[in-house]
Amino acid sequence: MSWLSSFWRSSIGGKVTMAVTGLMLFGFVVSHLLGNLQLLQGKDKINGYAKWLHDLGPMLWVMRIGLLAIFVLHVWTALRLSRANKNARPVAYAKPSTVQATMASRSMLLSGLSLLVFIIYHLLHFTLGVVSAEHHDLKLADAGGHDVYTMVTTAFSVPAIAIAYAAFQVVLFLHLSHGIQSMAQTIGLHHARYSPMIKTVSFLVALVIAGGNMLLALSVMLGLVGGAQ
Amino acid sequence: MNLDSRIPGGPIQDKWDSRKFDLKLVNPANKRKYKVLVVGSGLAGAAAAASMAELGYQVECFCYQDSPRRAHSIAAQGGINAAKNYRNDGDSVWRLFYDTVKGGDFRAREANVYRLAQCSVNIIDQAVAQGVPFARDYAGLLDNRSFGGAQVSRTFYARGQTGQQLLLGAYAALSRQIGLGTVKMYNRTEMLDVVLVDGHAKGIIVRDMVTGEVRSHAGDAVVLATGGYGNVFYLSTNAKGCNVTAAWRAHKKGAGFANPCYTQIHPTCIPVSGDHQSKLTLMSESLRNDGRVWIPKKQADKRPAHEIPDDERDYYLERKYPSFGNLAPRDIASRAAKEACDKGLGIGETGLGVYLDFRDAIARLGEPAIKARYGNLFHMYGKITAENPYKQPMRIYPAVHYTMGGLWVDYDLMSSIPGMFVLGEANFSDHGANRLGASALMQGLADGYFVIPYTIGGYLAGQKAGSVDVNHDAFQQTVATVNDRVSKLLSIQGKRTVDHFHKELGKIMWGRCGMARNDAGLNEALKEIPALREEFWQDVRVLGSGQSFNQSLEKAGRVADFLEFGELMCRDALERRESCGGHFRDEWQDEGEARRDDDNFAHAAVWEHKGEVKDAVRHQEELKFDNVALAVRSYK
Amino acid sequence: MKVILHIWRQDKASTNDNFKQDGRMVRYELADVSPDMSFLEMLDVLNENLIEKGEESVAFDHDCREGICGACGVVIDGVPHGPERGTTTCQLHMRSFKDGAEIYIEPWRAKAFPVVRDLVVDRGSLDRIVQSGAFISVNTGAPQDANAIPIPKSDAERAFDAATCIGCGACVAACKNASAMLFVGAKVSHFAYLPQGRVERDSRARNLVKAMDEEGFGNCTNQNECEAVCPKEIPVRVIADMNREYLRAKAREG
Repeated sequence: MSWLSSFWRSSIGGKVTMAVTGLMLFGFVVSHLLGNLQLLQGKDKINGYAKWLHDLGPMLWVMRIGLLAIFVLHVWTALRLSRANKNARPVAYAKPSTVQATMASRSMLLSGLSLLVFIIYHLLHFTLGVVSAEHHDLKLADAGGHDVYTMVTTAFSVPAIAIAYAAFQVVLFLHLSHGIQSMAQTIGLHHARYSPMIKTVSFLVALVIAGGNMLLALSVMLGLVGGAQ
Repeated sequence: MNLDSRIPGGPIQDKWDSRKFDLKLVNPANKRKYKVLVVGSGLAGAAAAASMAELGYQVECFCYQDSPRRAHSIAAQGGINAAKNYRNDGDSVWRLFYDTVKGGDFRAREANVYRLAQCSVNIIDQAVAQGVPFARDYAGLLDNRSFGGAQVSRTFYARGQTGQQLLLGAYAALSRQIGLGTVKMYNRTEMLDVVLVDGHAKGIIVRDMVTGEVRSHAGDAVVLATGGYGNVFYLSTNAKGCNVTAAWRAHKKGAGFANPCYTQIHPTCIPVSGDHQSKLTLMSESLRNDGRVWIPKKQADKRPAHEIPDDERDYYLERKYPSFGNLAPRDIASRAAKEACDKGLGIGETGLGVYLDFRDAIARLGEPAIKARYGNLFHMYGKITAENPYKQPMRIYPAVHYTMGGLWVDYDLMSSIPGMFVLGEANFSDHGANRLGASALMQGLADGYFVIPYTIGGYLAGQKAGSVDVNHDAFQQTVATVNDRVSKLLSIQGKRTVDHFHKELGKIMWGRCGMARNDAGLNEALKEIPALREEFWQDVRVLGSGQSFNQSLEKAGRVADFLEFGELMCRDALERRESCGGHFRDEWQDEGEARRDDDNFAHAAVWEHKGEVKDAVRHQEELKFDNVALAVRSYK
Repeated sequence: MKVILHIWRQDKASTNDNFKQDGRMVRYELADVSPDMSFLEMLDVLNENLIEKGEESVAFDHDCREGICGACGVVIDGVPHGPERGTTTCQLHMRSFKDGAEIYIEPWRAKAFPVVRDLVVDRGSLDRIVQSGAFISVNTGAPQDANAIPIPKSDAERAFDAATCIGCGACVAACKNASAMLFVGAKVSHFAYLPQGRVERDSRARNLVKAMDEEGFGNCTNQNECEAVCPKEIPVRVIADMNREYLRAKAREG
């Protein structure tokens, strides 16, 4: 245990913790998108997927708790490292400047904390149903499961909500575009030829994920999905 | 003054072995009772401190920089010689020995040079074991290149940063000992005097450059590895902080100063661009492997270099020295450049410069090959001059680079003060009147890794460990003298800055005691320098206090010493009525070639301090050449 | 040309973490600057003027003035060593600035680099990291012949790229987290590519990272500012090398 805690406390251990938990969260974000894209395939498809998930029963809880633990570790380590970083530079420059740092890399803490707020809202909204209980409690007449399709389409047909969700995807894009390539560097993967490729892939993958999520919200808002069906 | 060089008897090949056997040993358990003070952390100092600590001695090491890694050895570019004969081109210890004695224009001590050549082989092994990344070929074996004054390829190199890599090796060894607690390192600490007890060096007085505290350190022996005195010229390739203070204070306490007039003017430096110039930048001699030196045949030819056709160019080194060509030794190449510029054939706005041209090498080998060999040097040249040396030839001019003279030492590297050893550029022993390229790194490391660890034991074995501590009267008195001097400098409050005096001194030295010297000029300098010194002590302005970080005060102390030392240098140059190596007297030449006078000057001149520089007494250590026949040094 | 300088002036060494109050930015005007001057020669001229006016000169570290000793280094308009890539402060020339430019000159800023005076900082933390293990534990006199262990040219070159570090600390100054990982990575990487260095690779990686953390440097967030300002252009690849070596060492720890 002391081995583990000394590793976590070390600078590189902290970074690796960020990378590994980040990689797992990235995996979740990918599967979350793939699942939700079924919205575009119609009501039955997405509701069937939701039912399948719910029917996992205890396994679903194992996954939820695991995900939460990973998430907490990611945020906690980020806060610890950020505090150490702040302490390391007690006096700022009178005239700050940067040469090649990207905006995404400089705003990881900010984008991360924004995502934290967003995710809490998102959970309250769709998972726990605190924000709009009337939609959350919609049940499917035939099978008895949640009517996720109606819940989502109803929510995103409110332009303010759809636009807010879409806007947060920009934040997610920033966070991932730096995060994915950072993971590779942090766990020691660097190569003169492949590292630039990883950078490009990192950018593209982030773009696809954020774009996919955005597509869901905006397509409902624009009436391309949902409505009369 | 006792100038017994204590060279062991027997054939030259056996001298070092027999000395090592004869030296008394200190029992391993007793070694930790002895404390050695090492001043300077360059190649010699760091190597010595680390090696002695490994043996078990307590070591304290001092440097004026903020880290031992910054000593000016770090700036050596080209390489380090070693008689490995990895190229199978006929090299041997004997040939390296021969080349070095000849290169030094027969003014070095044979036995020391032979030992240097012997140790050269071990240095490369040691450095590689420490992780020094020397250049390698595709088989993974060490690569070599040739250097001035030699016809074999025996120079090991690490791109253009050989000194850096070797120093970092020694610094790593030193750091390891610091980490182990066997060396106590004092950074930003400048030695201001040496303390003698019963005629033996038993300690030093230093100033902590951060707090201004003047402090005593006692030890059983003192090792000076404080570098050369090239900054007496103000403009040189030395680091700004390089100074003669430690050596000069030791001299004033009784250490003989040998051959101060032997200064090396390096042929390939970037020419001066204006009055604001604070230092000169060397372009490694290795560039002459592929670069060709030339001047226009026509005076004041203002055409750009590429418009001057080949038949209107004078490749004067190739013309005058066909067998060595552009690889002629430094003193010879420098003088040839000066001669060209004196005739009005110099290039650039000032007319003080010659071309070093890579056109032909680039055509033959391609730009990538040249870039791989000299990339960092070309880059540096571009930064400083805003010219692209791949497209137009470099402009170069000689500049003060290295000083062969230094404190006199015997075969064991002990000065004329018992218990005070002098290593590296600070001593006088191995290079005679001219140092060959890639030999300074070799000497610094040989002294530090492979000589002092043995010879110091021979001295310490005869001394009682820890016999003196800092409460001894001698320390109190010396601290008082040092404090007085600091107060004096701060109290003058004159009108001129320290740099003003340094620049003035530099002009005198470069003009009168530079690349060519003569009776009239030196006599003039001997009037000008004392007058300037007088003015300094009347009119210098040093602000701030002694009890703080005060860079003006540091400089003032160093310049004050240069103002005394410069006079001794001119006296030595005046008295040496011959030309040899880096010392060129207009009166003794054969059409620009140095003319030695072996009958009267085959000796080291050793100066003994007698209160004032003008009263210093010149002694002689006769040099015997039993193994290399005295001959006219020809590179034709 | 003429320049307007804003320089951090501080009389005494910083004694605590809150060293913002220990000094202030002071404005100076300097005329007659030649574009051929190096940046430090420009400061020399300023200092000569100040002394003649009876003011104490601006303290700054410098020594070799040819870009290799690593002593010099100030933050110029927010960028360590100034606007030119691959260049130390001493090799920066005034031709890189416009006539009439306003130039902000500050010391390296990091908790691990307390200010000694004006633009001079204490970089002893870097030395202490090296002392913790950036070496091969070989005593003088012990080694075998230098050619006994061939080293592939590509490995030797990689080791060299890392070994060119001059220890100036610009990487720390540039990093928004004041992280020393480029410096430490360079040490780890230098030895990791050499067979001689691999004997102690585990303990070296562990000890160097531990020492680095204890000095109070920040953590790398992969922004690569260090690489951008490094006068020897050491690539961030060395940080990946260090991460890998450290992970390996931790995984093998008994």
